[in-house]
Amino acid sequence: MAKWYHKDLLDIKDLKAEEIETILDLTSSCKQIYQRQIKKFPTLRGKTVVLLFFEPSTRTRTSFEIASKWMSADLVNVSIAQSSVVKGESLYDTARTIEAMGTDLVVVRHRSAGVPHTLAKLLSCSVINAGDGAHEHPTQALLDLYTIRERLGRIQGLKVLIVGDILHSRVARSQIYALQKLGAEITVLGPSTLIPKGIESFGVKVGTSLEEELPKADVVSLLRIQKERQERGHFPSLAEYAELYGINEERLKLIRDDALIIHPGPTNLGVEITPKAAEDKRSAINQQVTNGVAVRMAALYLLLGGGQENELVI
Amino acid sequence: MTEKAKIMDAEEIRRALMRIANQIVERNKGVGGLVIVGIHRRGVPLAKRLAEAIFKLEGEEVPVGTLDINLYRDDLSTIGYQPIVRKTEIPVDISARNVVLVDDVLYTGRTVRAALDALMDLGRPKSIQLAVLVDRGHRELPIRADYVGKDVPSSRKEIISVRIMEFDGKEEVVIIDGKSERT
Repeated sequence: MAKWYHKDLLDIKDLKAEEIETILDLTSSCKQIYQRQIKKFPTLRGKTVVLLFFEPSTRTRTSFEIASKWMSADLVNVSIAQSSVVKGESLYDTARTIEAMGTDLVVVRHRSAGVPHTLAKLLSCSVINAGDGAHEHPTQALLDLYTIRERLGRIQGLKVLIVGDILHSRVARSQIYALQKLGAEITVLGPSTLIPKGIESFGVKVGTSLEEELPKADVVSLLRIQKERQERGHFPSLAEYAELYGINEERLKLIRDDALIIHPGPTNLGVEITPKAAEDKRSAINQQVTNGVAVRMAALYLLLGGGQENELVI
Repeated sequence: MTEKAKIMDAEEIRRALMRIANQIVERNKGVGGLVIVGIHRRGVPLAKRLAEAIFKLEGEEVPVGTLDINLYRDDLSTIGYQPIVRKTEIPVDISARNVVLVDDVLYTGRTVRAALDALMDLGRPKSIQLAVLVDRGHRELPIRADYVGKDVPSSRKEIISVRIMEFDGKEEVVIIDGKSERT
């Protein structure tokens, strides 16, 4: 297991392959708590975690809450609508305020890319990026990789097809970095307006038709059509998107029996995937949610569990 | 860091475990309701060997489990990096059973304290007994072992290193001269 030297978890891009493996191994140990009657470890007793979500979230926020509570940290959920942010408080002031209250770790989600990085520089406490604009969403990619490894036994050499809005997707970006570091082959596919130009230079293939790519894939990763980021009309309509890129019963037949379908949620049922396809045995969508808590426990343990380097005491 | 003395060789380790196995059976009047739990890492192979020794004596299999205590440590903020968290796997419900906890070295007692908390979260055992290959003294908590392979009076400056075939490729217990640090 690689030693962990980071104060923050901001993006996958900055992690080494061994560090990603470390998180995945730790996740597997943390997952044991699910079967227990007493779901509580004293590990982070006396540590304070603040959740600062400037964008809506169910899965990510709830799983960070559960992970913190199971590890005995004290948790504060800052509701932005009721905070001084609506009075025009700057990010800097918000950050300083949080730090002044003795916080040990801040989990932040923001619509602008780079906000978690700015906070990490301003604050001496740890920062976890829970999604920043179209940049990265590291813990989501980690739970996706963990789910893939759990179901298929490995990442190395797998063919992963990522379908949807690659351009605006922080999940896609984090997945691509993580999968590449662990040796998977990636093909992206979606409306041409939503495929970033020059993505081939990152060693990612661009596919043209689902019919051609689905039979080759070990993992089909569907991205959510982010209606909130779709004001400028990158594709004509949701119905047309579903027609060209949605997974329906017909397309399900093209996916191999031993392949895996993942989706970060929430799914727009009938758009990225039909309700029936989402319940297929190859779909790991619910398992992903389950693994979300364990991955976040692992992240909290790595960032809050240790002390200062070279401080070996009995 | 120099090796000062070998205090147990492979044969002595084997005999010590044999004796402990005998004592466990004697004290518990057989093996009914017993479960042996090894603390990661070196407690795990020792627990397996105790179970094998008990099988030779009584002809009955005793369930063997593993316990990771890192999520229960009291010193996470004082050690430099995060210890690896391994799996806790106990094949039976420990409630109403006599648990024999196994570790290689008993020193400050803090590992055992963490192990007791970890076990309590898994159920309510009838009793918990402690078996260690080496007791080197210097307890910081009111904890003692029920079964001891060898008492080794030591200085805090020394390191007691238990080497087990499964991890180290040889079987021995040695004293190493070194500055005070966790073994």
